Amino acid sequence: MSQHLLELSAAQAVAAIRAGELDAAELFELYRSRAAADPLNAFTWVAEDAAVAAPAGAPLAGVPAAVKDLFCTEGVPSQSGSRILEGYRPPYTATVVAKLAKAGAPLLAKTNQDEFAMGSSNENSAYGPVLNPWDRARVPGGSSGGSAAAVAAGLAPWALGTDTGGSIRQPAAFCGIVGLKPTYGACSRYGMIAFASSLDQAGPLTRDVTDAALLLRHMVGRDQNDSTSLELPEEIRLPSRGDLKGVRLGVPQELTGTAGGIDPGVLASFEAALAQAQALGASVEPCTLPHAPHALSAYYIIAPAEASANLARFDGVRYGLRVAGDSDLDTMYSRTRAQGFGAEVKRRIMLGTYALSSGYYDAYYGTAQRVRTRISQDFQSAFAEVDFIVTPTAPTTAFELGAKSHDPLAMYLNDVCTVPMSLAGIPAISIPCGLSDGLPVGLQLAGPAFSENALLDAAYALEQALAFDGRSAWAGGGAPA
Amino acid sequence: MGGGRGASVNAEVQYEPVIGLEIHVQLKTRTKMFCGCELSFGDPPNTHTCPRCLGLAGTLPVVNAQAVHYGIMIGLALGSQIAPRSQFHRKNYFYPDLPKGYQISQYDVPLCSGGQLGEVRIHRVHLEEDAAKLVHLGASGRIHGAQRSAVDFNRGGTPLAEIVTEPDLRSAEAAREWLSLLRTTLRAIGVSDVNMEEGSLRCDANVSVRPVGSSELGTKTELKNMNSFRFLAQGIRAEVERQSELLRAGQPVLQETLHFDPSSGRLTPLRSKEEAHDYRYFPEPDLVPLEATPEMIEAARAQLPELPSARAQRFAGALGLPAERARDLAFRSELADFFEAALAATPNGEPVALANWMQTLVERLEDGADPAGSLVSPAAFAQLVAMVSEKAISREAGREVLDMLVAQGGDPAAIVEREGLGAISADDGGLGDVVAAALASDPDAAEQVRAGNMKAMGPLVGYVMRETKGRADGAEINRLIRQQLGI
Ligand SMILES: [Zn+2]
Repeated sequence: MSQHLLELSAAQAVAAIRAGELDAAELFELYRSRAAADPLNAFTWVAEDAAVAAPAGAPLAGVPAAVKDLFCTEGVPSQSGSRILEGYRPPYTATVVAKLAKAGAPLLAKTNQDEFAMGSSNENSAYGPVLNPWDRARVPGGSSGGSAAAVAAGLAPWALGTDTGGSIRQPAAFCGIVGLKPTYGACSRYGMIAFASSLDQAGPLTRDVTDAALLLRHMVGRDQNDSTSLELPEEIRLPSRGDLKGVRLGVPQELTGTAGGIDPGVLASFEAALAQAQALGASVEPCTLPHAPHALSAYYIIAPAEASANLARFDGVRYGLRVAGDSDLDTMYSRTRAQGFGAEVKRRIMLGTYALSSGYYDAYYGTAQRVRTRISQDFQSAFAEVDFIVTPTAPTTAFELGAKSHDPLAMYLNDVCTVPMSLAGIPAISIPCGLSDGLPVGLQLAGPAFSENALLDAAYALEQALAFDGRSAWAGGGAPA
Repeated sequence: MGGGRGASVNAEVQYEPVIGLEIHVQLKTRTKMFCGCELSFGDPPNTHTCPRCLGLAGTLPVVNAQAVHYGIMIGLALGSQIAPRSQFHRKNYFYPDLPKGYQISQYDVPLCSGGQLGEVRIHRVHLEEDAAKLVHLGASGRIHGAQRSAVDFNRGGTPLAEIVTEPDLRSAEAAREWLSLLRTTLRAIGVSDVNMEEGSLRCDANVSVRPVGSSELGTKTELKNMNSFRFLAQGIRAEVERQSELLRAGQPVLQETLHFDPSSGRLTPLRSKEEAHDYRYFPEPDLVPLEATPEMIEAARAQLPELPSARAQRFAGALGLPAERARDLAFRSELADFFEAALAATPNGEPVALANWMQTLVERLEDGADPAGSLVSPAAFAQLVAMVSEKAISREAGREVLDMLVAQGGDPAAIVEREGLGAISADDGGLGDVVAAALASDPDAAEQVRAGNMKAMGPLVGYVMRETKGRADGAEINRLIRQQLGI
């Protein structure tokens, strides 16, 4: 029976519950027990009790969601992967999580992540690395690695993640699932423990594109608690498109090809997917994003700059870790932060602090903002010619644990294809497009701001044609091998 | 550096102060700048807090529309330009009273720029949030070395308008007077309690000196903690004196921040560590730019009352008050309000006489008290002034009646009747008899007056006043003495 339930996508489970063919409590218990036996270290907290029954007629019918640790959840540990927030239970719940609960998707578990969402491998978590269900010697990607691994391994029906420079899309690609970063402002950031405020966006990590659309539909909307949130021009629809006739796909030369550092196996899979797209009626043409090669540099100024301020509140005064300072305030600050933050977080706080300091601001932060504007303009020009930009989601497949953890620059290159869209604030989705040496490869589709419905439609059509089967990862979520 | 000019020792040089003020005003909004907590004063600690103003992880600021409205009103009252799009920035520094580790403030694009109040040009007005309140337990009273420190977040996040002037003030007294005008103006538009003792009005001063006649600015210091009008003037005077002495002695003025201790009158530099901040300002990514639409500006303009400087001009122009008297009244709205109420209560009121009597009234009230809160009603006050003007009672009797009004309230005519204070005149014969008695009682004085020594008039008038219990009119006594002596 449980194998049968596991076969159901989240949307199918919703339909089955609403049709009276499935008991939501049974589904919750299935996933709760699987999550509790998690062999991947994907979770930092798992519900102990059955969920409160979803309200009658709730659109998500009680299909529970795993939620990245950095979403504040009232009374439930919300530690953002950091030692400095160990055991911290916020007195309030993030807007997006509250909206999902109201729509009938209760909280199943909190998922492991890179500390404060800073990382591309999940090795930066203070609570240990997450393992990739396709190969437990490999990373799941990051920073939403716990969410991606949980969904891929069948430990959660679907999950929430956040994406700042690729933190939903890259782990989705590494774990062979779907990950969507919406238009900046589509989802409220209220209650998301901030990494980089002008880039952070919540989004779904799901088994398929339909699940992503269904979950996203209940996440989006203007929230008066977040001044930067926006109302989408139309409701998110479930995708139904069967072909790609008339769709123009642009392949940016700067982000593809081996010159861009893309692994040959990834490239082969990507090109095979493009051929499928053409078979569905799409045109595939080269396009250019001239400033994209500077995106990573700009990103690694802007994101750390904002983070250096966002993380200042973790000072040992009001909540979280405090290390005594022998009656001296500055000593208390420095000891607390020295012990509470991990190496990558400290690196970025220092980078950001430096970039904002007097005399360097314009050369670093100012220049980075100008590059960001140019990148947005590049996309606008490109979208005058094509409907969507397509790239591999990440230059490689999942790498081995420890392979890059001592080489920050190599690690940062993971985000080379995803960061430009983050800087431009535009929506992008990663779908699995094949395997390379037995590991999933992700394909990224990006569209103009607020093109979520069209993007989901195109991704859905391609998904049907590619017919990727991720079920072999479920075993990875079973008992330790 | 302007301080370099002090290298030439010259005890003869006269120095002129150059003073600019930075004023923080707590806005009297219902809720805080970026959250929904109600403002409070004197409530138990940490009873007006929420996840936002405690800086909890994941919270975001939301701009208080009423604070923006008040900010625009201030800008309009000061003649500033209102920026159609202004920007909030983060000002980064660590301190326990700053829960986010940064203050949300405005930096390169403030809400209001330029303007003028009285003789002083306004540089800018911007919006920001107040810090929380620290309580230090321990001998030092400062956070460094305190045994324990506690934070009360009730005040944290209170909306502040920071008003920065150009360095247009030239004396401590002028600074004090101008700040008083600013306070009256802000009180008149109703955006703040502007109470220095309670901290809703706080003033820092940038002070430098330069040789009289020079147009170059000297090195300035920043004076903090002058939490009353008196201390402001004291602090500036002390600093001007200190800088002038340094320069006369050939020593440079160092650019530093000074703490004024009103009990000792001393200025002590803040530890350099406390002031050596690089605030690393950058645009607040959690807020979109602040748009002040023409509708918002018009709504603010529509709520502006007559401003004190305009009121002073009207008092001087239309009502004919001397300029100084007009300012004395208009720059204290409560006095001007009482004055105008009294004027309205008199059919043919004489503004100048009323204004003069206002000063007498103020002298009889507690320092700084609002006459509207006294037992004297504007109508009774107006009636009293009219009785004096019509010579129904003497000026001296008028003062007595005013004392009684202040003490007990009531109707001036009834008091005059009850106390028998009505003026005695020559017509009813009584006053002439008293004058004759006065001349008879002091023939020496009478003879001197007759001989032209008017100083000798004093004892004679005093006699009459004593005998009539002050009810006689001084001018009338004078006339009768001359008449009876035949001069
Ligand atoms: Zn609050």
